[in-house]
Formats: sequence, structure tokens, C-alpha cells
Amino acid sequence: MKKLGKQTIKFDTPPSILQTASIVGPKEANGPLAKYFDQCLDDEFWDEKTWEKAESKIIKETVNTVISKSGIPFEKIDYCFAGDLLNQCISSSFGLRELNIPFFGVFGACSTFVESLCLASVFAESCANYILCATSSHFCSAEKQFRFPLELGNQRPQSAQWTVTGAGSAIVAKCGNGPYITHITPGKIVDMGIKDANSMGAAMAPAALDTLITHFKDTGRKPSYYDVIVTGDLGYVGKEILTELAKSEGYDIKANYDDCGVLIFDKNTQDTHSGGSGCACCGSVFSGYFFKQLQDKKIKKMLLIATGALTNATTTQQGESIPGIAHAVSIEI
Amino acid sequence: MDFLQNVDWTQLLRCFVVGGLICVIGQILIDKTKLTPARILVIFVTTGTILGGLGIYQYLVDFAGAGATVPLTGFGYNLAKGAIEAVKETGIIGAFTGGVKAAAGGIAAAVFFGYIASLISKPKMKKQ
Repeated sequence: MKKLGKQTIKFDTPPSILQTASIVGPKEANGPLAKYFDQCLDDEFWDEKTWEKAESKIIKETVNTVISKSGIPFEKIDYCFAGDLLNQCISSSFGLRELNIPFFGVFGACSTFVESLCLASVFAESCANYILCATSSHFCSAEKQFRFPLELGNQRPQSAQWTVTGAGSAIVAKCGNGPYITHITPGKIVDMGIKDANSMGAAMAPAALDTLITHFKDTGRKPSYYDVIVTGDLGYVGKEILTELAKSEGYDIKANYDDCGVLIFDKNTQDTHSGGSGCACCGSVFSGYFFKQLQDKKIKKMLLIATGALTNATTTQQGESIPGIAHAVSIEI
Repeated sequence: MDFLQNVDWTQLLRCFVVGGLICVIGQILIDKTKLTPARILVIFVTTGTILGGLGIYQYLVDFAGAGATVPLTGFGYNLAKGAIEAVKETGIIGAFTGGVKAAAGGIAAAVFFGYIASLISKPKMKKQ
């Protein structure tokens, strides 16, 4: 592998995404992408006592699904990168504690899925054969973690996004038949001073723009090179901001750009306000929908940019602004 | 159905309109500002206390009854009223004891019914 330009890494023997899996909650199951997920749950507790336990179970079962779908025995998987939104990433570490695979806990807020794919690709090219990536989020536990507990019955403002309940998981392999991860562009932390915890899309859009433009400059590619450019969870508000910001910088992405948070829910019937968010938004939409499009060769070149808001409840209460981050992977068949 | 004849319908209307307008202010604050619901709650209670302390809120209570006492501002008004009355009876110490004493019924009921609700129900995601 070698470094291109400021931030991008190009792989000499691009690692392959061998298999993906996704499990989603009841609201996502009523959304337009329901048929693409491996499993849809009918209730947010999934027979567990707490939402946190349910989230751990979701990531655990998603990982079990991806491993059994791939046909790779557990002991052949070298490393695991996983993370989520709860304090100290407990959904991943509790959910995967019986996995017996060397584990790296990753926190990149909602960018965790692509951050894990980036790290896994570097490991694949250097020292490992199979690497597992996983991430999860849960609407109820995330509301409690970042905003207010559901018991309070608060109204959500129109700019708020709905945290996706679910998990996405992928196995990255040193050798395989694609889709291949050809480039990664790890992003910088960008903070434009947005302070509203109910407007994450606006807080993260400048970070997505920074990574997007850096990727094009580093690789010499243009937006039209990709069949589709997908951001993780900017939602309706953030998607519009990014499209406009990119245009003002001379990159017209309107024709082939979409956002997982926009795709996962139906705006008219599901009342999510500004669309979906959360680690599982990008994780499940890529693992469920886009991976199948790549396998069926309906999409041949894709730039996946997962966006994260690096904030917590304390910094919000203390009036701090929300630093954003975005990591990009270029996936081609 | 005799009691219906004794209902003061204009009083009910005043109560409904004033209580509703207080809620409208809250809704505007949620929709048009970045204030969190927790902050709006605190603003309502303190506003009620200040207006109550200045004697202004009393006019609203006289006019609208429960329409003014039931919303959060009414709780603040109750604190101020209790503190003022206690100062008259027991001196300056009443400023500290009167408010909570006057609001004790509301506070204890909130804790009690909150506890009962937590025993018999389980929080869930809102169904569409």
C-alpha cells in the first residue's frame, strides 16, 4: 500500500469484502430497504430486559450471521474491529465477549463502520487473512445516552434524526473476488461550531465535505468516476448542506449522491423528521442494500463516506460545539 | 346531570384558552429555538416564580383558574406564593420553607405516581 496525497491510502493488492450481514429493528423493518436486511425484529427489546442488552444481542447475532454466511470458521478470523455509541462501547464489548477473536474497540461515533473497514483493510494488506468489522446502534439506548430518556416523552424537533436500531457487519479478506476496497481516505476532525445536538447532519456535513474533496484531490478522481457516492447519516438536512457545499467548491455530486439516513426510512410515512442516523445506519444500509448491489454488479464503483459526530451528553450540556468526522472507502468490483 | 347546570362555561373557556396559550408558548420555544425541553421546563417554573413573586401571575390565576395553576408556570407561582405567606407567618425562615411546603402535595404526588407508573409500565419506542 502507499499513501496518495495528503490522507488517502491506495492498496497494491486491494482487500476484498467477503461477506456482510445486517439485523435491524421494527421501524427499519417498515422502511423501504426492509427486504435487503438479513433479519428484521418485531420489537426493540428482542426478549431482553434492557435496550442495552438488546443492542448487544443484535451485534452478536449479526456477527454470527456474517460468519456463518461467509463459511469461514471462527478460528480462522484473525482480528475484529467493532464499536458503537454507548459509553465505553459496551454494546460491542458485551455483545462480542464470547467471540474469542482478538478485539479492537473502535469509536468514531456514526463513522465507526467505515473506520473499522479502513483499519481492517490495512491489516488485510499487511498481516491478516480475515478481519471482522461490526457496529451497532439502538434508538432507545442512544436517546438515553445523548439526549433524554424516552420515559420523559420529549418532542423531537424537525432537524432531529432517528437513530437506527440494528447492526451491520462485514468480513474483510486479504484475497477474494471483490468487491474490493481500493482506497481509503481517513478523515480529519472538523468543527464548524454547531452546538445543537438535534442537528447532527449540519454538524457533520463540513467533515464529509473535507473528506470528499481530499479524496478527489488525492486520487485525481472526479465525482463522475463513481456510480454512487454515499454518506453515512447526514439525513435530509445534512445531505442538502453537503450537496451545496460541494457545489460551491466546484464538485457537482447531485446526480450520483445519496445518504444512508435518507434511504433507510420513508420520509412521508415514518415521521423520522430528518432521516436516520447512528452507527447502524451506514452499517446496515451498506451491509444490507449496497453490498447486494455491488455483488449483482448494479453498482461497480462506490465511495462510502461514514460521518460521525464526536460529542457526548456532557459536552452538549456544557455548551460545547460538535466536532464532526468522516472516513471514506472506495469500493470497486 | 344537575351539576352541568352549575358549570360556569365561560370560566371553563377562560381556563382552556389560557392553559392552551401557555402550552403554545412552549411549543413555539421547542420549534423555533434550540432550547432543550429541560431548559424550557426550568424557564417556565422560574418565570412562574418571578411573576408570582411580583404579584402579576395572581391576575392570571384569578382570571383562568386551573388554566394558570396546572401548567409549569403555576408550579413556580405556587412556590412564590407559599414563600411569601410563610414569611408573613414565621419571618425570613419562611422564604426557605414556604415554597416547598406549599408545593409539597404536587411534589409528593409526582414521586408517588411516578413510582407507581414505573412499576406497572415499561418504556417503549413510539409506534407509528
